[in-house]
Amino acid sequence: MRFAATVEVQLRPGIADPEGATIDKAIAALGIAGVSEVRAGRCFRFTVEAEDLASAEEVADSLGERLLSNPVIERHLTTIEALG
Amino acid sequence: MSMRVAVVTFPGTNCEHDAIQGLEAVGAEAVFWWHTETSLDGIDAVVLPGGFAHGDYLRPGAIARFSPVMAAVADFAAQGGPVVGICNGFQVLTEAGLLPGALQKNAQLTFACQPCGLEVAQTSSVLTRGLEIGQHLEIPINHFSGSYVCDEATLASLEANDQVVLRYRQNPNGSVANIAGICNVAGNVVGLMPHPERAISPLLGSSDGLHLLGSLVSSLPAHR
Repeated sequence: MRFAATVEVQLRPGIADPEGATIDKAIAALGIAGVSEVRAGRCFRFTVEAEDLASAEEVADSLGERLLSNPVIERHLTTIEALG
Repeated sequence: MSMRVAVVTFPGTNCEHDAIQGLEAVGAEAVFWWHTETSLDGIDAVVLPGGFAHGDYLRPGAIARFSPVMAAVADFAAQGGPVVGICNGFQVLTEAGLLPGALQKNAQLTFACQPCGLEVAQTSSVLTRGLEIGQHLEIPINHFSGSYVCDEATLASLEANDQVVLRYRQNPNGSVANIAGICNVAGNVVGLMPHPERAISPLLGSSDGLHLLGSLVSSLPAHR
């Protein structure tokens, strides 16, 4: 079966995010009020061929841990969806 | 016989010529070592120079750690061989797990390219053996992701084991504890953000880099 995987990588809470802070300032410069706590991150999408959803998730999650994020400063969130 | 130093070159590395020139200035025989090499036979020390290995795609150092040469570098380091990562090389060493912590984007998102005052924090690493604790050095930095980050437990163990090698006198990038360079517990693997190979002549504004490179070259090859 084929599954669509999304791995979202974000800095861990407490790790300074200068990119997010700069985007925050740009939002204010646009004149838009009420937006705060911007955190920048990255998103990876790929297809996984696996027996079932659980094993597809295991593959995607392991990629998130071992390659797509640096666990020292980042955490990742994996979501999996079956493709028709 | 002079010490033979491999200057590991990845696609995107751009400080390899400077590194070779700096190492030759302190009497070493320095050779380019392409990243697809699988052995380090006949090599006494390894330098991972600065640049943008594999385009810094994903994160600085994240792809370089999969280059074939890195397995040989890890074995060499485990046997006590001297390994020094400069700037991007430091990022590669942290991504490869050969040094703790990580290099994060500079605070304020500024690209830091300037001469930088450093203080020698310990003298048992292969890079600082010939120096004195508290000695001041003037060596340039040139990086976007040079802010050293680690958790509190790692920082405590770095301090307790005397693994902080160099500190900034004025913090240019938000690094924790003003850390400019660290080593492993054994002291044979060192990573630093400043570029000693760019401070090898008064014409360049400083020749303080020669103290560090000279220390590396004069350190006895521990793996032999």
